[in-house]
Amino acid sequence: MPAIADSGPGGQAPLAFTGSGSGERQRLIWRGVALLIAALIIAPLVVLLTRIGDADAKLLSHLLEHVLPRVVGNTLLLATLVVAGTAVLGAGLAWLVSRYRFPGRDAFSWALLLPMALPAYVLAFVAVGLLDFAGPLQTALRALFGPELRLPPVRSMGGAALVLSLSLYPYVYLLCRSAFDSQGQRAMEVARSLGLTRRQAFWRVALPMSRPWLAAGLLLVVMETLADFGTVSVFNVDTFTTAIYKSWFGLFSLGTAAQLASLLLLIGFAIAVTENRLRDRAGYWSTGRGRTEAGETLSGPRAALATAVCLGVLLMAFLLPLAQLLVWAMAGWVGADGAGIDSTSLRAAGRTLLLGLAAAVLVVGTALLLAYARRESPGRLTDMATRLATLGYAIPGAVLAVGVFVALSLADRLLPALAGVDWRIGGTLVAILFAYVARFLAVGFGPVEAGMARIGRSLDDAARVLGAGSRRRLLSIHLPLLAPSLFAAAALVLVDVMKEMPITLMTRPFGWDTLAVRIFELTSEGQWEAAALPSLALVATGLLPLILLNRQAQAHASHSTP
Amino acid sequence: MTYQLELRSVSLGYQGRTVVTGLDLSVERGSIACLLGPSGCGKTTALRGVAGFEPLLAGEILLAGRSVSRVGYTVPPEQRRIGMVFQDYALFPHLRVGDNVGFGLHGLAATERERRVGFWLEVVGLAGMDRAWPHELSGGQQQRVALARALAPEPDLILMDEPFSNLDPELRDSLAREVGELLRERGATALLVTHDQHEAFAMADRIGILEAGRLQQWDTPYDIYHWPASAFVAGFIGEGVMVEARLLADGAVELPFGRIEAANRSAPAPATRPPLGAPGQVRVLLRPDDVIHDDASPHTARVIRKAFRGAQILYTLELDGGVTALSLVPSHHDHAIGSRIGIRIAADHVVAFPADTP
Repeated sequence: MPAIADSGPGGQAPLAFTGSGSGERQRLIWRGVALLIAALIIAPLVVLLTRIGDADAKLLSHLLEHVLPRVVGNTLLLATLVVAGTAVLGAGLAWLVSRYRFPGRDAFSWALLLPMALPAYVLAFVAVGLLDFAGPLQTALRALFGPELRLPPVRSMGGAALVLSLSLYPYVYLLCRSAFDSQGQRAMEVARSLGLTRRQAFWRVALPMSRPWLAAGLLLVVMETLADFGTVSVFNVDTFTTAIYKSWFGLFSLGTAAQLASLLLLIGFAIAVTENRLRDRAGYWSTGRGRTEAGETLSGPRAALATAVCLGVLLMAFLLPLAQLLVWAMAGWVGADGAGIDSTSLRAAGRTLLLGLAAAVLVVGTALLLAYARRESPGRLTDMATRLATLGYAIPGAVLAVGVFVALSLADRLLPALAGVDWRIGGTLVAILFAYVARFLAVGFGPVEAGMARIGRSLDDAARVLGAGSRRRLLSIHLPLLAPSLFAAAALVLVDVMKEMPITLMTRPFGWDTLAVRIFELTSEGQWEAAALPSLALVATGLLPLILLNRQAQAHASHSTP
Repeated sequence: MTYQLELRSVSLGYQGRTVVTGLDLSVERGSIACLLGPSGCGKTTALRGVAGFEPLLAGEILLAGRSVSRVGYTVPPEQRRIGMVFQDYALFPHLRVGDNVGFGLHGLAATERERRVGFWLEVVGLAGMDRAWPHELSGGQQQRVALARALAPEPDLILMDEPFSNLDPELRDSLAREVGELLRERGATALLVTHDQHEAFAMADRIGILEAGRLQQWDTPYDIYHWPASAFVAGFIGEGVMVEARLLADGAVELPFGRIEAANRSAPAPATRPPLGAPGQVRVLLRPDDVIHDDASPHTARVIRKAFRGAQILYTLELDGGVTALSLVPSHHDHAIGSRIGIRIAADHVVAFPADTP
């Protein structure tokens, strides 16, 4: 039979048929694509890990004696405090909003997410500007109570922990709220029917059941805290990230920076693995979604207290800082001392947008390739490649920056010798964009993969039997159906890149200052007023993902309740 | 004679596992065929092989006389000129009904495409719905759109994968009949796969029973029911029980509660049936309509279960010696569980299997 495979009775052109091996070949190609992407993205981290061992002895002893103990202690203490703070704020507010009715409850339900739009470092400098010795509050208090009055210093571990808690609690809030809203619902009804009071049911059923979500939220908080660079710089707290920055740009010791970075990388890996496990397990815990319970209506002082708590958090974490930023921005605008819209900030805005868009396009393209690889070549190897490629969200930007720099300078040394070309990529736009893709691929991959999952296999099959080849399927079926997901992914990446600080600070080519870098420079000189306007620009764009999130939640709600 | 669809010793499988083995069947132009079997029997894999989604491990598939699949050679689905109706309909959610139906008419001029879309929507009873979105339609309407979309390019063969299983039972039967008539009117050739025998009986001219990837029988619905070729087919189709019996030298079959004389068997066995064989122990298939209630009969049996079906009652009876039988009785003969009733054999044919079949 195979001997006469040259011409079918219908006289098809040889191009018309595909051998039975072609499906297998296609699968192999897609798997190769996934592995290649994973290898590229993981390469800087691998290069970084090889640097753990080789250090010069003098630096190493300096590191071990003076830097590490303080840095490790600070980092751990900060993470612990922030975890405690966000757990109380996030889970508490989620419970209040999902189980009780009180004045403003519907508005608070989404408004409590608003702090996500305010980068932690912006909240940090506003807090310092407001509360510092020379700030308006202490000045006013001194005027009232005499010049000896001292408040506890703002630039402290406590201040940093408070600001990070106020800025990061929405992660915990969001996950706990959806846990309380959906999976706890049926179980709560069962518990109540078995004679438990609301309060007993919370402690004995709802809270234990939402443990995976709470833990996932707190892990995100730990990741963000470890990755934070801007906030701790404002508060002068030395953690891993600031130590990396100072070793590199202060002491000009890339070796020390690389060593610190590789240590932090190991911690990041451990957290990423834990997070992956938790996420897998959370799926088994869900017990389907029931109709959302109306919730107990609070009245009198208890209602007032509930409203006051929500409003208080919102004021501290978003409304007051926003008002202060507006005041500063107005002052800068009105004052003729040139602190308003300076040309440097204006150029920075343009550069930010350019970098953000470029990174968004690259991330969405890469995410699309990965999503196709998973669709066309499912299996353990592709899954592993996807997980490795999207690991970057767990790796602090400062670590990635050092890793990319080290890896690219290695490539710059090796490539001319190997390929006989003479171009350098270290210190160019390639470096910074590569670091962005590595860091934010997971952000873009989520929506793209979710969109892909909605395109059922049978849609492809239906299009094929109706005569559509792969090109037409891509253009008239896949892309139109994926478009909303691709835009959402691009928007999320754009916003994240705009807020990003350490990667941009450490890998940007000369002259490519973004708004975040501008804010860093201005605030390290205490120029709060000048930093206000770029900060407001960031807040405005930061609202975009929140709107997306809100719309998604509403679409979800309308789906589940027909 | 050339058939519209021919499968010659076709084997299919995934990752070294054979799912369909040596499938042989041919479908005449303008007829409706059906592959029927329990889930996991390989019927959907066979259909996907015909569509060109799966390469063959062995054998050959011919569509309208041309070879489209054999080992190492698979004409891709988009070049086969087939239409397919999917279990979930697979309507394109971002396209209006009209654009869904027109999707396969890609090469035509816009006005001609529009005309054909209008025509096919009218054929399936959805005239004027071309501006609607798929999600605005009911399940039955979506089904019709899927059918119109498959028929519009006037393919050589229509494939249907459990096309009615997502619909309400009442709608399912009427729509199956309606679709069968529609396909016949248009002279279309179709291959349907389903696990629902009522669907198969309502639509198909020929039915193939598939079990564990092998074709058990390929026959008309009548012969599938009345002349099952294997104990599996006998058990899978309709109701009935297997009863121990003895085949006598004169061709009569002796049962514990009566005898079926050779002379009384008015329904002749199809030529394809093997003869009953040598006298001895056999197992005989008794359908509920083969056993009738007769108070005058010397044989009685105890009622152990009854299922009320409106016009009739299906009794499960236990005979002396533990043999069970089914009997379909007009429903005014209402007997209590535990009571004994007279029964008589009234079979016009015998379906017997060797004694060692389960």
